[in-house]
This record gives sequence, structure tokens and C-alpha cells, in this order.
Amino acid sequence: MSHPAQENAINAGRLTRILIYTVLIFFVIYYLLPLWVMVSNSLKTLDEIRGGDMLAPPADITFEPWRQAWSQTQIGVEATGLKPYFLNSIIMVVPAVLLSTLLGALNGYVMTKWEFPGVNLIFGAMLLACFIPFQIVLIPMARILGMLGLAGTLGGLIMVHTVYGLGFTTLFFRNYYAAFPTELVRAAQIDGAGFFQVFRRILLPSSGPIIVVTIIWQFTNVWNDFLFGASFSGYSSTPITVALNNLVNSSTGVKEYNVHFAGAILAALPTLVVYIVSGRYFVRGLMAGAVKG
Amino acid sequence: MASLTTKNLTKSFGTVEVLKGIDLEIDDGGFLVLVGPSGCGKSTLLNCIAGLEKTTSGEIRIGERNVEGLHPSQRDIAMVFQSYALYPNMTVRGNISFGMEIRGIDKAEQERAIAEVAEILQIGDLLDRKPMQLSGGQRQRVAMGRALVRHPQVFLFDEPLSNLDAKLRVDMRTEIKRLHHRLGTTIVYVTHDQIEALTLASKIAVLEAGYLQQAGTPDEVYNDPANMFVADFMGSPSMNLIESTLVEAGTGLAIVISGHGGSEITLPAPDTPEMRKHVGGPVVFGIRPEAMTDPDGADRTSPRIETRDCFIEVSQPAGSDTFALTPLGGKECIARFRADARIELGAFAPVSFNMTKAVFFDPITTDRIR
Repeated sequence: MSHPAQENAINAGRLTRILIYTVLIFFVIYYLLPLWVMVSNSLKTLDEIRGGDMLAPPADITFEPWRQAWSQTQIGVEATGLKPYFLNSIIMVVPAVLLSTLLGALNGYVMTKWEFPGVNLIFGAMLLACFIPFQIVLIPMARILGMLGLAGTLGGLIMVHTVYGLGFTTLFFRNYYAAFPTELVRAAQIDGAGFFQVFRRILLPSSGPIIVVTIIWQFTNVWNDFLFGASFSGYSSTPITVALNNLVNSSTGVKEYNVHFAGAILAALPTLVVYIVSGRYFVRGLMAGAVKG
Repeated sequence: MASLTTKNLTKSFGTVEVLKGIDLEIDDGGFLVLVGPSGCGKSTLLNCIAGLEKTTSGEIRIGERNVEGLHPSQRDIAMVFQSYALYPNMTVRGNISFGMEIRGIDKAEQERAIAEVAEILQIGDLLDRKPMQLSGGQRQRVAMGRALVRHPQVFLFDEPLSNLDAKLRVDMRTEIKRLHHRLGTTIVYVTHDQIEALTLASKIAVLEAGYLQQAGTPDEVYNDPANMFVADFMGSPSMNLIESTLVEAGTGLAIVISGHGGSEITLPAPDTPEMRKHVGGPVVFGIRPEAMTDPDGADRTSPRIETRDCFIEVSQPAGSDTFALTPLGGKECIARFRADARIELGAFAPVSFNMTKAVFFDPITTDRIR
């Protein structure tokens, strides 16, 4: 009786409930439909796809398109499947994500706990990096990669993604550390901890949520990037996004839709896994600071 | 253990001068309390002593050593922060041993030191908990434990009790005092609570607007304030500062104070050369509530009790005493009556002024006239 709002919620009525569920179920179907189309068609034979009904479940499940996409189909001039490109992407993404996260954390630490004159100007400049369109940096970046001798290599791609991601990672960590009590840093200083000891022993152990947010963000962006990959990769350093494009857009022969679907799912799988594994930390990280401990 | 001296210490943040030439001295084993309202610079001063803020000019000595330019960890100090600043990712044990670990003290010695402070502060059963799992009072103890293991020359406390509830604050205050007696280490303690200052300190430094207003024993600061700010700030309820006119009366001096509805009371004033300079002009008469009592409650050991009739407007019973409000010099003044004194409101009643406790100030400079 003393909680009228709660009473209302309980008495909302059966009709409203049904309505809510109907709408929700509709949206679930709406959002899952593309995934369903991709998965079901990747398991069909080419003949069945040509037969028409795109939404129908596979009559005769076959994993051949997946095998094709992974290791046999023609990409560019060689019939290697997506496998080597998938590995290229992994080799590129892991160091790029770790490096940009670590550097972003260090930047955030310095900008909040070791403030120096002009710190806001530098932070502003780094923020600008978040808003610069990819296309603008292409030509200067190509020059720099050339001068460093990194053009067309995975090392070059790692550098490009690290540099480009730094704006975001710095922003994340700076804002997270701005709310981190400075008294803790001071206490550690009095205890004799140096610059890196404070960072490693005091700040990093408390940075779990923001590290997860940064890693998800960076992983998704770097993995899904097409433009840098298409512009700066060489013959042996092509990432999977570019390879997928080469597969789907090749103009010779028959369009093997089932293989294309399987390839597209393969290319999207790692980001999906990262979200499923650490999604709850992502939400927790975004909410960090909302509830004070 | 060591003494602590600051000489002409200044600190500016950009163009804002926060400390304007602080000269302070505390003896080895002393308990210095820095007190003042918010923004007076007391925490900045503490941070300068700790080495967490760089001083703009001046000198800080701990013992015989000039600590200018030394890193906080090399000044041989330990600090307890207002928020306790316990490392959230470490257990209580980890929090206490962190400094020793950094300094590379061996494990056995660390364990011995932890056991020692755990015993002093009775936190033995909390050692494996995380700070999140502790109550405010327990966190406070752990923060002190972290400071204690260092065996520093000087302890620095930055408003350590302000996050505790009223009852716990009194308990911890006693505990800190006991700890100081037991260890005998020099302490510098920042607070805005003047009761804390009076109960703990062997020396109080009152700061306001970056200036040191007065430094002295609690008794000096309370009974012999250097200016109107100190008089008003220390003590609760604070000192009555009554506008009055200094006149010549027979062979001596007297002050005339306007009372209720055009009435006036006259009280004798000390006849000193300094006071003589103000004859015919305004002076501020300062008297603490406990020196304005009902005649039966007056201090019988005082040789100079003057009783005058004052108009009582309001009474505020406070358990152990009753505060009576009377208009004097155009302001409500508080007199401290015995709890069972009979007070008739809206009427004149005799009030005894203990004139040995009276002090006088120049209303322009706000400084004391002695």
C-alpha cells in the first residue's frame, strides 16, 4: 500500500503484458533474421539456393561451403581459402589492441595523475584523433610507412591501428582515471612507489572494467577495418576483411553464395566471440562510476 | 622523532597565493594541529610538508634536515588521508606492507612489523580482508596502521576523522591521543573542527586566508586570542564580540555597551597605554559565554566579577547548561547559565561578567589591544 508505483506495475494488466511480449518477439525475429539467412544458406548446396526460398531451412545440411571458405576457395590468384588471411588478422589485431590499450592507459595515467602545463591542449589534440576520418590520414600514413620501411607489412598495419586507436583508448582511460582518487596515488608515493610502480600496482589492478571496454572497442574496430587493410597491406599481409571482399567480389565463374555466407560468418566470428565472452564486463565497465563503491 | 620547522613558506597555484609566508615550529614529540575554515590553506600546508606539493618559496626542516626537493618517500614521514586512501585491490595486510615491500624489507621483518601494528590497533582479525569489507572506523585504523609501520619522524594527519560519525569520531580522537602518548612521535594534524584541535593539540596553529593568525598552546589560543578571527573561530559557542565605546571613568577606563531598548551597561576596562590610545573611540569587547553567567554560577576564584542587569530574550537549554541570549552592542550575545538557573524571559536579570577573562580588540585592524 505504501508503494503505489509498485502496485501499478503489478496491476499493469494481462493485455499490456501480451502487447509488450509481442513487440519484443517481433524485434527479436527482425534482428535475428539476417543471421538466420546467413547460417541457413551457408549450410545449403548451391543448387538449393538457386531453387529460390532464401528463408527456408536447409533441406540437406552440408558443411562443404564452410570447408571451401576456410581452406579451398579461390581468393585472388591462389586457392587458399580464408585461413591465411584469418591468421593475418589475428597477428595484426592482437598486438595492435594490446599496444594501444597499454599506451592509452599510460596516457590516461599521466594526464590525470601527473598533470603538466598544456595537458588539456594535448588531450584535446588526442580527442581530435577520434574524429579524423580515415581517408584524411591515408596519404601521410602511406608516406610514413614508406619511410619506415613498413609499407605492405603486418608490422605497418599494427602501427597504423595502434596510432589510430590511441585517441580512443586515451579518452577511455583518462576519463576512468579522472575519477580515480588521487589520494591513493599520493599514499603510494609516500610509501615510496615510483612512477611505474604506482601504475602497475595501484592503478592497473583497479582498471579491469575499462580495460575490457577498451579491448572490445579496439578489437572490433581493428578486426573490422577495411580501408587501412585495403590501402596498406601487401600480398602476404592482407587481413580477412579485404580477403572476404576479394572472395565475394571476384567476377570470374559462378557466384557461390553458400561459400560467401560461410566466409562472411567466419570473418565476423571473432568479434562475436569477444562480445559473448566479455559483454557483461563491457556493460559493467560503461556503468563504472555510476555507483560509487 | 624530530622537530618540524617551516620558515616563510609560500605556495601559489598560478596567480593564486594560497600560503603567504608561514613560520611554524613544533618541538620533537609535539602535537601540532592546523586549524581553520575551508580554503584557509591548511591542507596545502600539510601537502607541502609531505612533499606532495612543491613549495613556491621558503624552507621546511624535519629535524635538522632541509627537506626541500626531497621526494615524499624520503622525508621520513607517514600520512593518514581524509579518505583513508587504502589500496582497494590489496588486503589489509597488503596495504600495511606495501611500503615495506617497495623498500625491499625482508618478509620476516614485514610480518613482525604487521603483527606489531595489528596488536597496537587491534586489527589482527581484519588482516586478510579487503578495504571494501571494512567499516569506516576499521578503515581508519588500517590507514593509521599503514602509517605506523614506517616508524616515521613525523606523522601527518589530513582531517582523518571527518568521514566518521559523531560517536566514532570521539572514540578515535581518544585513540589518536593515546597513540601519541604511547609513541611520542611528532604529529601534524589538520582539521576544521576546533574541538578536535583543542582536545588533541600541544600546539595549535590557526590559519585563515593563507596567513598564520596565531600559533600557541590550546590555552593561549582559547584564552588569549591574537585577533578577532581567532577569538571567533575557536570555542563553541564562539566568543561574544561586542561593540562598545571606551571612556574615561574616574581614575580608570570603562566601556559603555548599549543594551535592550536604549539601556546601557558600563564595565571597567584595563588601564594600559595601548587601551588609552582608544579612549573616546570604539573597541570590541570580547568575552566567552562561560564568563557571562548567572551570579550564582560565577567563578568564585575570580577576583573581578562584575554583575549587571541584562535583558534576557531567549533561553536555550542544552542539558548541562542553559544558554541565555541577551542583546548587547546591537548583537545577540550568549551567556552560559547553570542548567537549573531560573530564567525569566523578556525581563532584566543580573548577569555576572568575569572580567579577568575579558579581551579587547581594535574594530578596524581586528587585532588585540593589550
